[in-house]
Amino acid sequence: MDLSMLWYLVPSIIMFVCGIYGFMTRKNLIAILISLELMLNSADLNFVIFNRYLFPGSMEGMIFTLFAVALAAAETAIAIAIIINIYRAVGNTDINDVKQMRF
Amino acid sequence: MDSVGNIIVYFAIAIALVIFSIKAVTAKKILRAATYLLFVLIGTAIFYFQLGYQFLGAVQIAVYAGGIMVLFVFAILLTNKPNEQDTEGKNRRKIWGFLVSAASCVLLLFAVFYMPLIHGASLVECLSASNMITMHDIGEAFTGGEKFQYLLPFEAISVLLLACIIGGVTIARKD
Amino acid sequence: MEVIIPILILAFPLFTFLLLGLCGMKMSHKIAGFIGIAMLGTTAVLAYIVACTYYFSGNPEFILDGVRQQYQVFDVTWLAFTQSLVVKIGFLIDPISALMLVVITTISFMVHLYSWGYMEGEPGFQRYYAFLSLFTFSMLGLVVATNIFQMYIFWELVGVSSYLLIGFFYKLPSAVSASKKAFIVTRFADLGFLIGILLLSYYTDTFNFIELTQNPELVFGTTGGATYMGASVLTWAMVLIFTGGMGKSAMMPLHIWLPDAMEGPTPVSALIHAATMVVAGVYLVARMFPLYCVVDFSLTFICCVGAITAFYAAMVACAQTDIKRILAFSTISQIAFMMVSLGVAYDKPIEGVHYSGLGYMAGMFHLFTHAMFKALLFLGAGALIHAVHSNEYTAMGGLRKYMPITHWTFLIGCLAIAGIWPFAGFFSKDEMLAAMFQRHWFWGAWMTMVAGLTAFYMFRLYFLVFWNKENPHYKEHKPHDGPWQMSVPLLLLAGVSICCGWIQFGEFVTWNGEPYHIHIEAPVACTSLIVACVGIGLAALMYLKPNNLPAQFKNAWPAFWKAANRRFYWDEIYMFITHNIIFNIICKSIAWFDRHVIDATMDGFAKVTQSISYRIRGMQSGEVQGYVGWYISGAIVIGAIAWLCFA
Repeated sequence: MDLSMLWYLVPSIIMFVCGIYGFMTRKNLIAILISLELMLNSADLNFVIFNRYLFPGSMEGMIFTLFAVALAAAETAIAIAIIINIYRAVGNTDINDVKQMRF
Repeated sequence: MDSVGNIIVYFAIAIALVIFSIKAVTAKKILRAATYLLFVLIGTAIFYFQLGYQFLGAVQIAVYAGGIMVLFVFAILLTNKPNEQDTEGKNRRKIWGFLVSAASCVLLLFAVFYMPLIHGASLVECLSASNMITMHDIGEAFTGGEKFQYLLPFEAISVLLLACIIGGVTIARKD
Repeated sequence: MEVIIPILILAFPLFTFLLLGLCGMKMSHKIAGFIGIAMLGTTAVLAYIVACTYYFSGNPEFILDGVRQQYQVFDVTWLAFTQSLVVKIGFLIDPISALMLVVITTISFMVHLYSWGYMEGEPGFQRYYAFLSLFTFSMLGLVVATNIFQMYIFWELVGVSSYLLIGFFYKLPSAVSASKKAFIVTRFADLGFLIGILLLSYYTDTFNFIELTQNPELVFGTTGGATYMGASVLTWAMVLIFTGGMGKSAMMPLHIWLPDAMEGPTPVSALIHAATMVVAGVYLVARMFPLYCVVDFSLTFICCVGAITAFYAAMVACAQTDIKRILAFSTISQIAFMMVSLGVAYDKPIEGVHYSGLGYMAGMFHLFTHAMFKALLFLGAGALIHAVHSNEYTAMGGLRKYMPITHWTFLIGCLAIAGIWPFAGFFSKDEMLAAMFQRHWFWGAWMTMVAGLTAFYMFRLYFLVFWNKENPHYKEHKPHDGPWQMSVPLLLLAGVSICCGWIQFGEFVTWNGEPYHIHIEAPVACTSLIVACVGIGLAALMYLKPNNLPAQFKNAWPAFWKAANRRFYWDEIYMFITHNIIFNIICKSIAWFDRHVIDATMDGFAKVTQSISYRIRGMQSGEVQGYVGWYISGAIVIGAIAWLCFA
């Protein structure tokens, strides 16, 4: 039995779909951020899988993932700073209370 | 033909990833959700190891599981009262979210299964000795300006991180 | 010649304008007036120096073998649009520009001095002096222009300063509408001028006067015989350029602005609307004269326009009651005289008569003398208005005892304009009539009649104001001569009006620069003197003492008298054309189209956008998760479509 590319792609897709679901249904801003991390992680995993199976001789997918990890760190730090600020302003981290950007 | 060990590891990690992913987005307590996320990240790292990217796996654990998770935990502790439950959104939203995610799941799986690029190469074939990446290769890739070398993005990332530090401090500062 | 003096002539008035315009309000009236007068006096002295150098130095660049030359002191490139379209600014000295320098600075200086007394205590006194300086600058720039484009620029500047000064009392609605009328009418005429300039320069590739006038036949050749509607392109160009002159010089049918321009302060009327600006049209024709000579039709056109205008204006002047209006129509009539004089001039010998450029010389001579005595008359009228605070002659009468200086100077002005020997007008008018008779007896006879009318209406004015019956109001408010600032210019101008006719004008200004010896032609002179005396006599008979002769005349032809009084309904005709035809029929339909079609379309777009936006604004709920749902749904739909299309 061979471990082909498909085997690795399926968990990645499920991870991504879970991220979408969480992003759409969670109320807590941090939980939404967690869902976001899930999606990002699944995308990273895809890069690595494609690199390994389709272009085994090169390592561009891996390098890309490395940069993506660094970007994710930066993004998370800023997002959390914003969330803390929102918490200070609103009193909780419920996304339904952050609705000023409407008509 | 892949080794039995590899296949066992694969299944264990794949099942764990699916379960923890679902738990991470459905857990009532946020701290738990964060913990499940940690498990997902570690599982991903193991996948990286299995695919032959030892350095990447190490970075995943160090930066993600070590750094970002700590940030998450601190943020949760700062913004949530203990034992507070994240009551999920309205039912309408939940159904809506479920439909959307199910649809995208179907679409993505459909796309993956019919993708013409997939061929029957096994992991072992791809992991031949000539394809292994050494630390030396990675070091060279990050320190040159030639083709397939990434000094400039690397520097850009460091500036971005600096900016991110300053930005994080400025935004979160109490004044 | 040194370049510095000509530059200073232009720079002094401009500097005065800037100084008084920018910081005049910080100065007292006395200082502002003094600065204006002193600067203009300096300019006048410099202009005299330039003119004297030009006329008397005998320098070969000015006079060569007894022929006066055209000399460009400087000519610098100002704007270079393309290789051939280059606008230059320069300083041209030739007989007529030197003459105009003298006339403008003299009259302007007199008016500056006079205004010191006349405008005393008026609000905006500094502004007034600033505008006077602006006008002087523009007029000087106009006359010394080396090229037709520079002339056009200063031409418009003159129009602007005229507009500003007519509307000086901007709180009076009549002054505001008069200034707008003057500006719009002259601007409308300038459109023709501009088209003419473009036509001419398109074919000749030059704006420069010397290049254009030195060899007019060659210019005519460059048009390549192009014609439009039966006339050659050059004819069109010259007639269109003359249109600009018609507007500025108030020729029919563009004369309607000048009588209304009398709403401005009287010294302004004297300077701009009698002596200098309104003769710009005459100057323009004189400047381009060799080109006009090439196209016979345009000279005939000028002649006809002038002759009709002269007669019309003289008729109207006989029936006006406002003394400034009478003088305004007199100005129109006299300028038309100059136009006719230029129109009959001709550079080629005709029917054996050897010298035919006489009309040119005579026209410029009359321009010179007329500037002097008409400024005198206007300043005198200003003194009268200053004394009785009204423009109507009905408020005057018998003033000779109360205002002796004004009386005597005004009488001299009237005699000069009527053409009585030995006053200035006699000589210039005699030369003009001689030129007209030389061309054709008809022009001569017609214009002699106009000269007689001139004598009649001027002395009608004179007798009605200074003789006739005294106005009873004098007992409450005794009229008196103005202060010395007003009397001095009157006396000076009266002196000039008496003696400037004796100047051998032909020595200085002729069409080709060769001197011409003026000699009085006895038959013409006698005829015109007799006609003038008849006019004066008739005026004396009717208006010296109160009697019922004027009333009888009025009753004999009431319709005619009314028509003359209403200026033969020209304003009404314009009103009818503009209001009833243009505004009502054309503009209203265009406005309807604009409002109901163009605006409505745009409003419709806005309304539809607004209503749609209002309905769909609920989608901007502010709920991030909703947005994400829509976003991913869209992505799924696009993915599915792509799948169906490419799989």
